This record gives sequence, structure tokens and C-alpha cells, in this order.
Amino acid sequence: MDRREFLKQSGMLVVGFSLSGPLTQALGAAPAKSMNKEEVDAWLAIARDGTVTVYSGKVDLGTGTKTALAQMVAEELDVPFVKINMVMGDTATTIDQGQTAGSLTIPVGGTQLRRAAATARQALLEQAAKKLGAAPGELTVQDGVVSVRGDAARSVSYGELVSAGGLMTRVDPKVPLKNPAEHKLVGKSIPRVDIPAKVTGEFTYMHDFRVPGMLHARVIRPAAIGAKLVSYDEASVRDIPGFVKVVRKQDFLAVVARNEWAAVQAARRLKVNWSQWQGLPDQKRVYDEWRKLPVAYEHTPLKVGDAGKALGQAAKKLKATYEFAIQSHASMGPACAVADFRDGRCTIWSPSQATHSLQSEVASVLGVQKANVRLMYLDGSGCYGRNGHEDCTADAALVSMLAGAPVRVQWMREDELGWDPKSPPTVVDLEGGLDANGNVTAWRSEFFIAQRVGTLDDFPLLAATSSGVPRKGNYTGFLDNNAEPPYAFPNALTEVRRVNNNGLRTSHLRTPGRMQNTFANEAFIDELAAAAGADPLRFRLKYLTDPRGQTALASAARLAHWDTRPSPNPGRGSGDIARGRGIAYVKYNNKITYVGLVAEVEVNRKTGKIRVTRAWCSHDCGQVINPDGTINQIEGGIVQTISRTLLEEVRFDRSRVTSTDWNSYPILRFSDVPEIHVELINRPEETPWGAGEMSATVVPAAISNAVYDAIGVRLRSVPFTPDKVLEQMRLQRA
Amino acid sequence: MSQITLKVNGKTHRVEAEPDTPLLYVLRDNLELHGPKFGCGLGQCGACTVMIDGDAVRSCSMPVSKVGNRPITTLEGLGSSKKPHPVQQAFIDEQAVQCGYCINGMIMTATAFLGRNKNPSEADIKRALAGNLCRCGTHVRIVRAVKRAAKALA
Repeated sequence: MDRREFLKQSGMLVVGFSLSGPLTQALGAAPAKSMNKEEVDAWLAIARDGTVTVYSGKVDLGTGTKTALAQMVAEELDVPFVKINMVMGDTATTIDQGQTAGSLTIPVGGTQLRRAAATARQALLEQAAKKLGAAPGELTVQDGVVSVRGDAARSVSYGELVSAGGLMTRVDPKVPLKNPAEHKLVGKSIPRVDIPAKVTGEFTYMHDFRVPGMLHARVIRPAAIGAKLVSYDEASVRDIPGFVKVVRKQDFLAVVARNEWAAVQAARRLKVNWSQWQGLPDQKRVYDEWRKLPVAYEHTPLKVGDAGKALGQAAKKLKATYEFAIQSHASMGPACAVADFRDGRCTIWSPSQATHSLQSEVASVLGVQKANVRLMYLDGSGCYGRNGHEDCTADAALVSMLAGAPVRVQWMREDELGWDPKSPPTVVDLEGGLDANGNVTAWRSEFFIAQRVGTLDDFPLLAATSSGVPRKGNYTGFLDNNAEPPYAFPNALTEVRRVNNNGLRTSHLRTPGRMQNTFANEAFIDELAAAAGADPLRFRLKYLTDPRGQTALASAARLAHWDTRPSPNPGRGSGDIARGRGIAYVKYNNKITYVGLVAEVEVNRKTGKIRVTRAWCSHDCGQVINPDGTINQIEGGIVQTISRTLLEEVRFDRSRVTSTDWNSYPILRFSDVPEIHVELINRPEETPWGAGEMSATVVPAAISNAVYDAIGVRLRSVPFTPDKVLEQMRLQRA
Repeated sequence: MSQITLKVNGKTHRVEAEPDTPLLYVLRDNLELHGPKFGCGLGQCGACTVMIDGDAVRSCSMPVSKVGNRPITTLEGLGSSKKPHPVQQAFIDEQAVQCGYCINGMIMTATAFLGRNKNPSEADIKRALAGNLCRCGTHVRIVRAVKRAAKALA
């Protein structure tokens, strides 16, 4: 389907602004929508009735950005919020704004849309001035209607102006944006547009999407990750009512059926012989092996003074190693996609965060040109980085090609937990030195972090590697962010060693790298504070020079009624239960959003179980677009990361992942969810930064520090399972 | 394939399905309902929850042939965006959704629970939802929504 065809089928009246002049044409005569990001009409289209269709390459992964971006556009354009219609992540109609990741949808995606909207408004005002015979300065806009100030009878709507045409078309990168003091929509907790349909079953999630003639498929994963397909016996499943066929390309194997249950049964019952493979490392030695991997490259993000020398001269020296487990995205719904391959072209409906990059990622699996692959985003189950969505999308495309029919593939629970690319392990060695007065004189850190290889086009999609299209990539870039501490120490050295992956496929999982690195840094500074006999908050503030950071940290402490004293303070609590509090701080990437977090925990000395009972978070992401949506993200980041910190570690044997259901990969339940207090520090004059990943960054360290406060035991290896707590308590006693 | 009669959301449907097919697949694939979701197929997460005779049931683990003539209610059967059920309205009011994939299970479990418990404490609500998983971390809002719904229904 080309763009013109799409526009016809979508039943939209598209009004283009184009270089060749105004175009206002009804259905069928509409030109292909602009895909030139320099042009306003690549980003938005205004219909005669005043409806504004916004084209966003960034998608809403359940974070509320569909609502927030619509607020930003409606604000700049001066149209009612309800007039905005968002198209997200369709590769045929939206600009590639990069994958939806890194909490960049608002700061990057939103800013691009704001400029387009502000340019459009300016152009519309110029048009209106001509039409109304007034100077642009005399005009005012309300709800998409331009009128002469003091003479409301002289007015014209955006819809009418677009019909009359004559608009400037190029996005002006320097267009003035609305003064935040005049914001009417930005900064308001407008309810999310998708929630009413989502709570009533009216919403069409990816999993609900159907096309005529569609078959259901399940991909058969090998018994061991690197196993080869030796043989299969189609006769073993032919008796299943609804079974259609088995499709295969090298080691890629799938069953296709007329209904979903038949596909599920066929996948379970198909007799398959796989070769043996035992290439995974020994889980018990995963961190030892990780730090011994060949270093692909290394760099030094921080070097101040002479940390080695200062350590040699320190009155007190501390040394510790921090570890962070391999974890799964563990999305609630297994991945799902629908693909229709015909005549050398493939149309795909996908919940991917990266529909644009998947065009080429999938095209090479199919052996077609990128331009012949179109992806359309549909909301899936929440993803927090590259989970199973992208693999499943390629699965559906390949099965459709092999089966010669439109195909829906949904992964099973064991596929999602077993085969989603995993957050890689991290190991950090730290050393610190204090002088006789308890001042930090030296900080030295060494990080062992997964390297990045290639681009997303090199990502080893399962459908690619199993069907004979080798992919050597490893998309784990930016994991070194926040390796350097956010504090001004007189002597500091941070070195990062990027190592080759040695086991499970890896990808980004919410707050990638920043969480692991901040865990090490923010727990180790607590160790130094304790060694200095200092209050953890005051100790940090001594070395924190950034005023916004100071405010965020101090605000979190104020919210929590922080009790100024050194840790530990065992003896609080009663019976087997010890209570403590810990604090942690981050400036995300050492560049953007500031977060301070205080966590309060209970530790059961007998069982080793930790419960986070309360959390207080202060959050400065600059200009807040939608306060309640932002708080929703902050709360989610905290709860999800408590789960990761206390419970989560992917289990595997030498052949495959073995933690493939919710019993073997448990996540946090209601009974262990704390009371959460969030305070937004809104700065309307500042850049709007992201909020999806930032609160998560500080959770592991705040919990570790709170446990230390409660029982005097330092937890340095995530997850903090009861076994590890008891073991550390035993070591302390010994 | 067998002919099976189901009473869903007040209507009687005749479907063709293997008797051992989990109810979830029949609701989603034969009746094209969107409310109940496949999360695990193991009865561990609650995303597939429906009400049968007022009880919260995991439809992924219930063979369609075992339902008999008991009435089934799905998320669609509670209310619509134009006329939401009080529990649905409470989830809207509290904005108790992130991705929303688990929310069907939360609302169906809470509705069945509130049918029997008129004035639940926060601890009661957390216990009632203990078998429902959410990955986005929307728990605090979900609990607030159920509290609000309890008041609305009282």
C-alpha cells in the first residue's frame, strides 16, 4: 500500500502545506503526505473541521505520551485539546524520530512537534492577517479561531484558512515558542486519552488486532539456545483440528493453524529433534567470568587529581565490589505481531518501540528492500526497552512469507521470559579514601559493562539468526552513563571497561546502565559516610555542587522528615523486624533530570526478607507537561525497581534460560508495594526533560543504604534475596 | 470441533471449539472480545480474569466445556466508556493505568471482590489482588481506585 492508497483507505481528509503552494483536496485527490521532516505537513495536518492530525514517530508505550504530546501541540497551535488526533509510529506516515527510548519522547519528540506547531500557527496568523485585512499583531487566537482583537466578528478558523491556503511550509527551527506563563494546557494533569477505552475492553491492543484471512502461528524455539534443527515430524500434529502446516527456514521453525488454540497445541506437540548445545557460562560464576572477559575497549569518563596517590595517603581506605544481576523485561503480555507478506511487500502491525528501525531490521530477514516493509504501531503490553516485541515482529513477518498468508504470532509466557533479550550483568570495583577528619580525598572506580556492537540493524533478531541471516550486534550502548559520581572529590578516577557479551542476548532495560552504575556509586558513598561517622545526606551535600541537585536531594529528605544522624542505627523496630532509611541521588546521565529518593525498609532478621514500607521522591525534570502523568511514571519506576532490586535474577543452565514463568521469575506483588510520596519540582521556564527512567535509577542504592541503616549489613549484589541477606548477616557475625 | 453454548455478557452464543480449549481463547478468538488478556496461560498473573457467576476466574485455565450454562461477564460486560461501571470509573478517575495490559484482571478481580466486601480495608484490597501481577508498577493507583470504587458501590 503506498501513501496515497493509505490516505484513501484511512478515510482522512488530509490538507497539505507544500512548497508548491496551498493544497486543499478532498479524499482521493490528496497528495502523498509529506515525509520531509523539514516541512510542517510532515508533522501535522489540519482538516476543514479544525481537527489536527499529528504524526509522531515516537510511540506511547503505556507512559501517557500520546496525551502529553497532544497537549504540547494543542498548546503551541492554540487549538482545543480534543481536536488533536495522534498518529504514532506508522513508518509510512510518521517521521523517524529515533526509537522510543531513553526518556526522550518529550524532550526530543515533543520539541520537534512544538516547533512544527508553532511554525504552523505563525503561518496561519499571516494568512489570517491577509484575509481579515489586519496586521498580525492585531490578531488573537482562541481554540483554533483567529480574530481581530476587540472585533470578534472579524474572525476566521484554522480550517477555513487551510482551505484558503497560502501557508509557509518549512519548519522554522528558531520559531519562538509560547511563553510558559501563557500555557493553558501544558502543566495541567489532563486525563490520559487512552484510559477509558483500556478499562472497558474497547481498546484494540496489538493482541486484539485481526485481519481477514489471518492464520495463527507459534514459533518453536530450540531446546538449547544455540541448537540446530535436526528434524521434525509434521505427522505428529496433523490430527489437530485447525492445523495448517509447519514452516521452516534453516533452524527457524513454526506451526501455522486456523485458530490460536490449534497453533498452541501444535507447538507443544510437534516432535522436533534439536542438536545439543551448552554454550552458556556457569551461572554461579557469572560475575567472575564477566570481569575476566576480553575488554573490547575502555575509556576514562572522569580523572581529577591523582586518585592512586591520594588513596595511598588516606587515613582510612575502603574497597568494595558491586554486582547487578541479569534481568528480564518480564512484560505482562508476551509479544505479539501481525504480518501480511504479499507480492514482495510486507505490512506489519507491531507493538515495537522501534517501528522505523525495524523496517530495515526485518527487510533483511525477508530479503526485500526496506521501502517494501511498512510497520504500524499498536499498543502492546508495556515494554521497558527492547523486550520480545521486535523479535516477535520479525517472527510474524517471516512466517507470513513462508506460509503465504497473513499471520498473527503471539509468544507464550516461556518465550517472553526465556527469549527476550536480557539486561546484562554489571560488576563495579570501588575504592575510596578519607582523611583524618572524614573528608573524601580519593575515589577510584572501575566498571565492567557490556559493550555495544553495531547499530540496531545488527541486532541479532531470533528470526534472523535462526534463518541463516547472521547478526553480530549487541545493542547495549550508553551503559557507561552515570559511571562517574556526581560529586566533586579532589581526586577521582573512573575507568570503564567494555566487555564482549558471553551469554544471553542483551538489550536495554529501563534505566540501562545508569541504574547499575548509580547503585554502586550511591551505595559506596554511603559506605564512606558511615566510615566517616557522618549523616548520609549531609555527607553528600558536602560534595554536591549543582544547586538543582542540592534542591532535589534536600527536598526528598524534607518529605521524609529525614532524621539527621549517621548510619547504621540498629535497634529501631521490634522483635525480628529492624527498620531503617536510606537516601540516594542522581542527575540522570549527569546531564538532565534530578532525583532524590528516601526509602524506608523493614528487614526480618530471621527470614532475611526485606520490605520497602515507604518511599519519598523529589523529582526535577524541568518543565512538567502533565504532572499526574509524570507522577504515574515516577511511581512506576520506583515500584518496578523495588521488584528488580529485591527479587529479580534470570536463571539459566548451560543450555537455556530456566526462569520462564512467574514462579521462577517472581515480580513484586501488592503486599510488598510501599506507600509512595512524590514531589515534582516544576520549572516551567526550563527544558522539559524525560521522566520515564529517572526515579528508577536511585532505588537499588536507597534500599541498600536503608538495609545498612537497619541492620548494619551492606548489600552489594542485586537482587537482595533473603538468602543473600542472611548470608551477609552471618558473615558480619563471623 | 464441538458446538458449545456460552452465556457471555447477557447474550447466548453458540461457538465451534474443541472442548478442552481454554475459555480465554474462545472469548478472544471466537467472540472477538478484547477485555480478557493472555498473560501466562498458567493461572499465575490474572490478566485473563473474567467473572463466572460473580466469581473471578482465570479464563486461561478453564476449559470451555466446564463453564456450562453459568453466566460469564467480561470487562466489556461491566460497562462502556460512555457508561462505565463504578469500578471502571474509579480506574479512570485515579488514572490507574500505565500500559493497561493487566488492568482487565485488576478490574474483574476487584469487581468480584467488592461484590462480597462492602467496606474493605487497604490490606483487604491488597490481599484480594495478591494474585494479580502488574509490571509497570501501577499498584498504588490500582489500590486507590479499588478504594474509590468501594465507596461508590457502598
